[in-house]
Amino acid sequence: MEDFEPIVIAFCCHYCAYTAADLAGTMRLQYPSNVRIIRLPCTGKVDVRHLLEAFEKGADGVYVAGCMEGDCHFLKGNFRAKKRVAWAKKILEEVGIGGDRLEMYNMSAAMGPRFAEVAREMTEKIRKLGPNPAKKAERKAPSAEGKEIGKERHAQGVT
Amino acid sequence: MKSGSRLEKLLAGGHFVVTGELGPPKGADVAVVEKKANLLKGNVDSINVTDNQTAIVRMSSIAVSALLIRMGLEPNMQMVCRDRNRIAMQSDIFGAYALGIRNILCLSGDHQKFGNHPTAKNVFDLDSIQLIQTVKKMRDEHKVLGGDEIEGAPQMFIGAAANPFADPFEYRVIRLGKKATAGVDFIQTQCIYDMDKFERFMKMVRDRGLHEKVFILAGVTPLKSVGMAKYMKEKVAGMEVPDEIIERMRKAGKEKAREEGLSICVEQIQRLRQVPGVHGIHLMAIEWEDAVHGIVERAGLLPRPEIL
Amino acid sequence: MIIAEGKPIKEILAMIEGYDKIIVAGCKGCVTVCSAGGEKEVGILASALRLARQTRGKALETKEITLERQCDTEYLEPLREIADHYPVVISLACGAGIQFLAEKFRKVPILPGVNTQFIGVTEEQGVWTERCQACGNCVLDRTGGICPVARCSKSLFNGPCGGSKSGKCEVDSQVDCGWQLIYDRMKELGQLDKLEEPMPIKDWSTSRDGGPRKRVREDLKI
Repeated sequence: MEDFEPIVIAFCCHYCAYTAADLAGTMRLQYPSNVRIIRLPCTGKVDVRHLLEAFEKGADGVYVAGCMEGDCHFLKGNFRAKKRVAWAKKILEEVGIGGDRLEMYNMSAAMGPRFAEVAREMTEKIRKLGPNPAKKAERKAPSAEGKEIGKERHAQGVT
Repeated sequence: MKSGSRLEKLLAGGHFVVTGELGPPKGADVAVVEKKANLLKGNVDSINVTDNQTAIVRMSSIAVSALLIRMGLEPNMQMVCRDRNRIAMQSDIFGAYALGIRNILCLSGDHQKFGNHPTAKNVFDLDSIQLIQTVKKMRDEHKVLGGDEIEGAPQMFIGAAANPFADPFEYRVIRLGKKATAGVDFIQTQCIYDMDKFERFMKMVRDRGLHEKVFILAGVTPLKSVGMAKYMKEKVAGMEVPDEIIERMRKAGKEKAREEGLSICVEQIQRLRQVPGVHGIHLMAIEWEDAVHGIVERAGLLPRPEIL
Repeated sequence: MIIAEGKPIKEILAMIEGYDKIIVAGCKGCVTVCSAGGEKEVGILASALRLARQTRGKALETKEITLERQCDTEYLEPLREIADHYPVVISLACGAGIQFLAEKFRKVPILPGVNTQFIGVTEEQGVWTERCQACGNCVLDRTGGICPVARCSKSLFNGPCGGSKSGKCEVDSQVDCGWQLIYDRMKELGQLDKLEEPMPIKDWSTSRDGGPRKRVREDLKI
């Protein structure tokens, strides 16, 4: 694959994953800039719709990062997220995007290194999988939406 | 006499009857029917003909029953509620009687999910108890369900099944009572391995006086192997097999398994003859019809009585 | 309520093959309650269909709309305003709603996006089970409030059959034996004696067997 830089969206809960991301920062740990973080109060707020839309808008990979199971600040939010991620994976498989482009991770607020590890792991995995098939096909037959996505990516500094 | 069938005459005469079972072929091959029937001839008083048992398509019970009549044997034609509506059922009852069939068994029928056509629609226009009522109405009132008079009422001897071991146990006797109220003449039970539980069931039957209203035939099936015993215990709905039986079959090993199975069967028959209210046995030697003669002989039930 | 389940996406994709513009129409009635065809499901389906088309390098324009109900004429007005501009509609309402749309919007093919399954209840969040077969002649007073037609796999009126085991049906060990339920309930109510008389033979003509049904209240007709 020619220099493909994946766009990975990470839905992170405020209480654990986002804090872990912060910690990774203060610890000066390196992780790929491909990962764009979206902060939520709890992963339980993630809806299947958001996950699908991320792929529609050009993401090559998506992951949801929440608290360790049993430690969710809102008690069961991360369990709900886990089920929704599983559901969305099935849909992505059925529509030809591929369920393996979406994952669920759990970590505590203290796990700065784990955050960085997951970010690296996911980015590499997506890099190997290649660009989002919805985008790849679009390059052959650009639609109005495709041009929109192209503009966005260019604005983000990615070719 | 309601039907004048051999089965009815023997029961009315106080004999301990033996009925057998014949599973029709999965096709139109008459030779299969003849072969099985010949193994039962002289060893049983009348022969159950199953009706698409376990929802697997087989030669129809009315056709096989007619073949048995041609061979000089007496069929107990089984009719399930799964495949026919009341119109077809009453029509088949007319036809059956016209062909010489005199004993009919009214059953619910296994769900089509078990068979080779699980996507079929099921009927269940009537249930087994309502079918009993229907046959009784046709026989005694000379009317079809809709009320029209019958030209040549079928005088059938009406049978049904009872499962002493299905759940809920306490309700089974009440349901048997319902069948008696509906008009059943004789009952065949599911095959019995748990003698103690069956005797408890029969006590409940006698307490309600049902043994005097219907003739009860106890079901027996010889075990071929410990695998078969375990299968029946675990996979067959409404079947109870005590651990002692499984142990005996297991201890017998592969060589002696059949022998042990036959011995257990004969012991069961001898014990059943002692239970008050039991008027006979229904011997279901599934895919082992050639064992019937040996069993019946060892149990002291041969020769079968002559009807004068 | 009426319970439905979304059709597999592949099946829907095959149905809309050749169409570039579609309306996805949901319903705020039963299918919202059983999470099969409400606003949320409309959004998810539309997104999934767009993604599927994108992976094949084709575009799909989708219009999402969720009506109050699809089984009452007045509530169809919002759809009337946009229906002319689209060649096809996928409806996620129950079979009644889908058919009503087909009757009222004669120029547009209306496709079913769900499989309508049964009349049932919410046992717990995410789990719906069948209760009623709409036989047109209710006997719930005689069976402790439990329906022998819908809850017995054989619709027996004098059950249970010999296949009832540990309170479960022979057809599926996860399915309760309807007659075990009836027996237990009648016992609780102290009405077991009611079960000793055979229940009469059913008149199925009030059910689907009698043909498509109609109910009229003359006093309400304008």
